[in-house]
Amino acid sequence: MERSPDLSIRVGGAAGDGIATLGESFARLFTRNGYHAYGHTAYQSVIRGGHVWFHARGSPDRVWSQGDGIDILYAYNEQTAEIHAPYLRKGGVMVHDPEKFQFPADRLPAGTRAIAVPTLQMSRKYTSDPILSGSAAMGACTFLAGFPFDTLAAILQDNFGSKKKDVLEQNLGTAEAGYRFVQERERPIERAFAPNHGAAKLLITGNQAIAMGAVAGGCKFLAQYPMTPASTIMHWMAAHAADLGIVVKQAEDELAAINMAIGASHAGVRAMTATSGGGFSLMVEALGMAGMTETPLVVVNSQRSGPSTGLPTKTEQGDLDLMLGAGQGDFPRAILAPGNVVEAYRQTIEAFRLAEDWQTPILLASDFGLSENLQSADREDFPMDLTPSNLFSSLPRSENGGFRRYAYTPSGVSPRSIPGQKGLNFVAGSDEHDERGHLISDVLVGTPAAVVERRHMMEKRMRKLEGLRSEVPMPVIEGPESAQLTIVAWGSVAGPVRDALAELNSDGIRVNFLPLNCVFPLRVAELGKALVHAQKTLLVEANYTAKLGGLIRKETGIELSHRLLKYDGEPFYPAEIVAKVQRILKGEVN
Amino acid sequence: MEGVASKVVSPVVGKSDTKPTWCPGCGDYGVVAAVERALKTLAIPSHEVLIVSGIGCSSNLPHFLSSYGFHAIHGRAIPVASGAKLANHALTVIATGGDGDGYGIGGGHFIHAMRRNLDITYIVMNNEIYGLTTGQASPTSEMGHKTKSTPLGVIEHPINPIALALASGATYVSRGFSGDPKHLGDLIANGIKHRGFSLVDVFSPCVTYNKLNTFDFFRQRLYKLEGSAHDPSNLVAAFEKSQEWGAKIPIGLFYSADRPTYEELEPALKAGPLVHQPAGLQGRERLLDEFI
Repeated sequence: MERSPDLSIRVGGAAGDGIATLGESFARLFTRNGYHAYGHTAYQSVIRGGHVWFHARGSPDRVWSQGDGIDILYAYNEQTAEIHAPYLRKGGVMVHDPEKFQFPADRLPAGTRAIAVPTLQMSRKYTSDPILSGSAAMGACTFLAGFPFDTLAAILQDNFGSKKKDVLEQNLGTAEAGYRFVQERERPIERAFAPNHGAAKLLITGNQAIAMGAVAGGCKFLAQYPMTPASTIMHWMAAHAADLGIVVKQAEDELAAINMAIGASHAGVRAMTATSGGGFSLMVEALGMAGMTETPLVVVNSQRSGPSTGLPTKTEQGDLDLMLGAGQGDFPRAILAPGNVVEAYRQTIEAFRLAEDWQTPILLASDFGLSENLQSADREDFPMDLTPSNLFSSLPRSENGGFRRYAYTPSGVSPRSIPGQKGLNFVAGSDEHDERGHLISDVLVGTPAAVVERRHMMEKRMRKLEGLRSEVPMPVIEGPESAQLTIVAWGSVAGPVRDALAELNSDGIRVNFLPLNCVFPLRVAELGKALVHAQKTLLVEANYTAKLGGLIRKETGIELSHRLLKYDGEPFYPAEIVAKVQRILKGEVN
Repeated sequence: MEGVASKVVSPVVGKSDTKPTWCPGCGDYGVVAAVERALKTLAIPSHEVLIVSGIGCSSNLPHFLSSYGFHAIHGRAIPVASGAKLANHALTVIATGGDGDGYGIGGGHFIHAMRRNLDITYIVMNNEIYGLTTGQASPTSEMGHKTKSTPLGVIEHPINPIALALASGATYVSRGFSGDPKHLGDLIANGIKHRGFSLVDVFSPCVTYNKLNTFDFFRQRLYKLEGSAHDPSNLVAAFEKSQEWGAKIPIGLFYSADRPTYEELEPALKAGPLVHQPAGLQGRERLLDEFI
């Protein structure tokens, strides 16, 4: 299948220069004109200064990652030019203001050039604050990308319309000056897009999709402690809480956050907490309590580079073992791992259903890339007509003489009541207990009856794991059925893999892809079947120790033959994956 | 479990069919009796009461009463209780536990719960020792107290729960004594009736591991604020009373103030308890407009 050329615009500068706003606006130029887009944000753990950049990639086809290369680079400062100019593709241009810095043409890659725009001169008409110069450059880049000024004007209206009137006027005036300046001297670049490709698309982050999916899945309560890259889940929820009737509680720490969510769920509302690895580490003990008390709970772990504080604004898939093993002892759980914004929305809904139906914690694994990057989507991707499955899927039976909250059942799921329901009082306990919730951990423990009870209660809870296994997403191969090589990845790494796959397949290379949207419990039979027939396998994973590879080996006995691992905090680039596949197929690597 | 009688559900909170497992003579018997007395006095239906506890001897309390209960992990009674209250603020939510649970491992939650002023009653069975782990120093153990973990005596200043509560913005700050269950029952009942976070710190002696702070120790020193000239609406006077220790130690109501509760200020709860509100996004397609 022939792939349409993509177009990539990158903007870089220092924190405080408005780079993210510029970058998001570039991504929106694509989606407002009906193109697909992917927006990759690269910022640092500083509020001012340092180096930040944003990459907006557009295409008539769906794009799953930031792609490879730059066509239009706006360098707000010299450091940006030095770092990013080498990635300009043939025909690409760098927009800069010579008043800020000079950049010799021989430092640009062959076939690319610089376009000088007097952005400071344009912004000085309104203010001495250089931040406004970015709007002039944005106007210039909009023209070079092939888009009309009207699209940019509408985006600026949305960005600044709610601010003081002169802020909008200044930005519009400066942007138009930049646009007209380049229009009079240049033509759009060769890869420029035609405007009005179709109806406007949505542009949404994984965290926004998760937050919205949670509400669609029935979530009424979110308790969270701020931690990058999970915080924007709380931000979206808080902004809509009063309107949607949701309690959003910023807790004093992650211990409080998860325990509040468990308390709320115990009292009958669907509840969630969200965090990153450091906060998740604090939640580990309470996760086990949700398992022991059989309280439905959804926990989002948006991973970032570890260990410890690690790289707070960079991506990694380093928490798989942590999530698999979180909590002392055994209790049933599932770990869902959406690979893009649409899956993030749908799998969050599914996480709430699974948590409710199986009365146990469900983890949703995200990472910096999925949580914070922007992806295009269509309205139909986010169905809202779902009715959250009955809040009390296991309505209590009428009980004579004592409610058996933890009654033994074939599925392991017991009738559940909530405080306020008459005649169904019980005590939920983090200690081991019998069917009625009575402790067997103190004066009864070790007695023959309690030993049997303990065994039965463990088996009852763990039966739910097999139920979960039968309901989690099935692994489905993408691409040609018969292939020389099968790529395996989980979570958001599916993005660059899909882009690489499209490139390889369009070049006639028979490679396919097995994305795992659920990393636990694995559908061992189906997974084994898919892998055992693969000629060669390549694991693409963002951590040092190939954690998914280890899990697959443990569960299926299959050792994936090749690995591409990354642990520098940066996303996978499709070209890296393509190159690795080509080397493997040429027999250049073992 | 076969052979274990079922929990009898009575209209108001009474004893459950689980007998307390505390040591004979433990102060906590007086506390569970006082909680039962308070709830009977207030005649709250047992299914509308949720008692949440942490871990420790005293945290077994929910099992001994006929209400709903949640026996959580160590130190987390307050956040579990807070989540439950926010989910259904029509419930009477009581949190219980010991001094290690509430002032040690759960100390961070304690201060934030008070500034938050959720309508929760928190009963701390304060025996100045870790009992269930067989006698180590607690956050309220006195200087010099020799325990298994401090064989040469405690060298840290004890937490003053009353002063801490006053400083943290609690709107009902009281202290009782398990040797006086009637007075304690009144403090608890008034704490439940109080709109906002209520602390009932209870001297509840550990007869096995604390040979210092015994029933006799307290009987010789305690006096009731109710019979004194103390004005519980006066925060400064309450601070002064909180510093009294030694020959005379006050119990009773130190401080009470009227302040809006968290539930009253939470916009999402204006429409009633969260648990009764509709869920989902049906008909909310306009939410997607913000992503265009």
